Amino acid sequence: MADGVQVTGLNAWFGARQVLRNVGLHAPANGVTALIGPSGCGKSTFVRCLNRMHEVVPGARSTGQVLLNGEDVYAPGVDPVMVRRRIGMVFQKPNPFPTMSVFDNAAAGLRLAGVRDKDTLHEVVERALRQAALWDEVKDELHKSGSSLSGGQQQRLCIARAVAVQPEVLLMDEPCSALDPIATAKIEELILDLKKELTIIIVTHNMQQAARVSEWTGFFLMGELIEFGVTRDLFTAPREKKTEDYITGRFG
Amino acid sequence: MIEAEAARGGAIQGPPLPRAFFLTARGGFWGDRIFQSVVYAAVGLFVLIMVGIVAALVTESMPAIRRFGFSFVAGQEWDPVKEAFGALPFIYGTLVSALVGMIIAVPLGIGAAIYLAELAPFWARSPIGFLIELLAAVPSVVYGLWGIFVLAPFLRNWIEPLLGKTLGFLPLFQGPPYGVGMLAAGLILSIMTVPFIATVSREVLLAVPNTQREAALALGATRWETTWVAVLRYGRSGLVGAVLLGLGRALGETMAVTMVIGNRPEIAVSLFAPGYTMASVLANEFTEATSDIYLSALVYIGLLLLGVTIIVNSAARLLVWSVGGTVKGIRE
Amino acid sequence: MKRLIVNRVMNFLAGAAAGLVILPLVLVFGFLVYQGGSSLNLEFFTHMPKPVGEPGGGMANAIVGTLILIGLACCVGLPIGILGGLYLAEARDPRLPWVVRFLADVLNGVPSIVIGIFAYTLVVLPMRRFSALAGGLALGVIMIPIVLRTTEEIVRLVPASLREAGLALGLPNWKVTVRIVLVTARAGIVTGVMVAIARIAGETAPLLFTAFGNRFWHSGLDQPVAALALQVFAYAISPFDDWHRQAWAGALVLISMVFLVSLAARLATKGLQRQTR
Repeated sequence: MADGVQVTGLNAWFGARQVLRNVGLHAPANGVTALIGPSGCGKSTFVRCLNRMHEVVPGARSTGQVLLNGEDVYAPGVDPVMVRRRIGMVFQKPNPFPTMSVFDNAAAGLRLAGVRDKDTLHEVVERALRQAALWDEVKDELHKSGSSLSGGQQQRLCIARAVAVQPEVLLMDEPCSALDPIATAKIEELILDLKKELTIIIVTHNMQQAARVSEWTGFFLMGELIEFGVTRDLFTAPREKKTEDYITGRFG
Repeated sequence: MIEAEAARGGAIQGPPLPRAFFLTARGGFWGDRIFQSVVYAAVGLFVLIMVGIVAALVTESMPAIRRFGFSFVAGQEWDPVKEAFGALPFIYGTLVSALVGMIIAVPLGIGAAIYLAELAPFWARSPIGFLIELLAAVPSVVYGLWGIFVLAPFLRNWIEPLLGKTLGFLPLFQGPPYGVGMLAAGLILSIMTVPFIATVSREVLLAVPNTQREAALALGATRWETTWVAVLRYGRSGLVGAVLLGLGRALGETMAVTMVIGNRPEIAVSLFAPGYTMASVLANEFTEATSDIYLSALVYIGLLLLGVTIIVNSAARLLVWSVGGTVKGIRE
Repeated sequence: MKRLIVNRVMNFLAGAAAGLVILPLVLVFGFLVYQGGSSLNLEFFTHMPKPVGEPGGGMANAIVGTLILIGLACCVGLPIGILGGLYLAEARDPRLPWVVRFLADVLNGVPSIVIGIFAYTLVVLPMRRFSALAGGLALGVIMIPIVLRTTEEIVRLVPASLREAGLALGLPNWKVTVRIVLVTARAGIVTGVMVAIARIAGETAPLLFTAFGNRFWHSGLDQPVAALALQVFAYAISPFDDWHRQAWAGALVLISMVFLVSLAARLATKGLQRQTR
């Protein structure tokens, strides 16, 4: 069906400062692509360019081509709002909407887009919470406030919220960095499940995590994509010296 | 249904949803445009109202301005029957009552602010601050009511005779003790302005960075010395601003003053004598104005009042903002 | 040693100042309860004023009138205040917001009687009569700065990450603002509105020649209407003892309402601060 996300020649700036330089990669559909690299190397900016969140910051701009299953996200006339409906995002710190219940959080994307039918909402919320491996834990307390959950549960709620609108791609920006190891393990497990239906691109500074969940990995350094390849190959026999230095802990 | 599908292990198919297949469909363009217009309209309306207030006052007072010009400010006679209108008695009354009020309110207000911001035990700060906020929220007419039935008789029966006996050689304290009059108005104004001065001063003092305090304490200063040397000096302009804010409030205060000042348009030196303020004459005579020129003269007074309070308040705000920045709102 | 004594003395003086500042609250409230408490009966809340000189009667029309005026004021004050506050919190270019903020603070300091003149010129003169509409306009204008500033403060407290989450779900900007940011700030905005309402409920001066007061029930928004604060004033300066007693009762109602709203606002703000940490 789909061929995932194809990026060609992506450059990004904050004002006059260039933060991404001629990045290109292909994240295949129904798979997990990990992006690693030291802090500040541009991996977060990269994924935010994919769902056109980068341009929300005043003074930020980008050039290049991002193909979502063949359609250019940056083509003239394309509405960023539409792009973001098809590319979902989960952030580093869990951010459920504090005034809404668990149910309302999961349903937020749909409800605010105009879907009103109660049955539809219930079905979608249940499916999304199951996909996020949260259903069993909250099914009797759907009315409780979203912020009453633990950190790990909140992040899974945010994942449920994102997948409820049935995006084709899910971007995850260091989703586990604020969580404990058990919560992290649960999320890694559900990533392996989610990839059957979605294209997942995950930014992580944890190399072991990248090795665990992804099939493809890209290594970023100072705004450039140094190397991109099959995860196993990149970690055991990296082609570039800089990649090898990073992996073996010589810097970063 | 969903559980069964999950049990089968297949990818869960959901109900069909409205899909955004075409990236070029307009997702919220018109909504954004309309919303922005509505917000700008509200802001525009607000600015329009501000302009409108000035415009309304200028327009209505034009006849009086044309007739009396600037001599209106110096005119001492206020006789609607003879159509002789002069604002000096009211300007005098406003300034003197505000002055009396400020003389009492400023030391008390700043003292209370220092106490709250620097010296009070931590558990007491919130409740005391709350009580002061309450004082600021009490309606003017309630203070006025208390003024008529409690303060004025108290002044008439106890304080003014006492002052007359002890300090009666001063022209300030001569004349029959009516109770109502300039002294009563000044006292009521001090009670009403003190909470504002205290609250704003406290915010100014709290905005002084802690590094200033720590520097003084590290040198071995006592709490009071820290306050005097480090905090007050740094927050000086903000405190002046707080005082000006209190002054602005005192100048415009209407109901409480009207109820205790005696409402006589004459200039007298004694604090015991009745007086009249700009706001009070508006309150008392606006609905009684029988001729156009009478009303216009009253609006002229309102215009003067507006001008004075705008100047005082603008200066006050700029001074207060210079210490703490503009965004932490001063809520009165 | 001398420095410690000075320290002690100044501590005491500052504390005394704080005490003196609070003293009037005790005195005023005490007298209100003492004088007005006895007159605060069912008749006060449900009856109309009796003709001059007759004992009894109540302030029912004034209470209802105040509610009507508050409703009208909100029609003016809430849209401008909330949308304006939203603008101040979210605008990018800081120049116009600075002007708006400054104007709002200036408006806060304009004597309410002058705003009454504004409403008189705009509504009473063309209509050739006093009306609830004029009174509502005056009170609404007074509300604007309070609602504006509190809305701005509260919206600023909403974390940017919530806006990002909303945008990432594929919602247009205006929906994120209205249905996520404003909804999150809802409690704080309501608190600010309550504080504003408490302030205008006690206003008398601007109503003297706009709403004007009415001895009878309201008979239309384009007619004069009674208000609690106005009635307290009229009764206070009258020569009748019975009316004086009712004035005390009315003042007690006003100050109690102010007290309750201030307390609620304080508690709500404490709760909000805890929530957004």
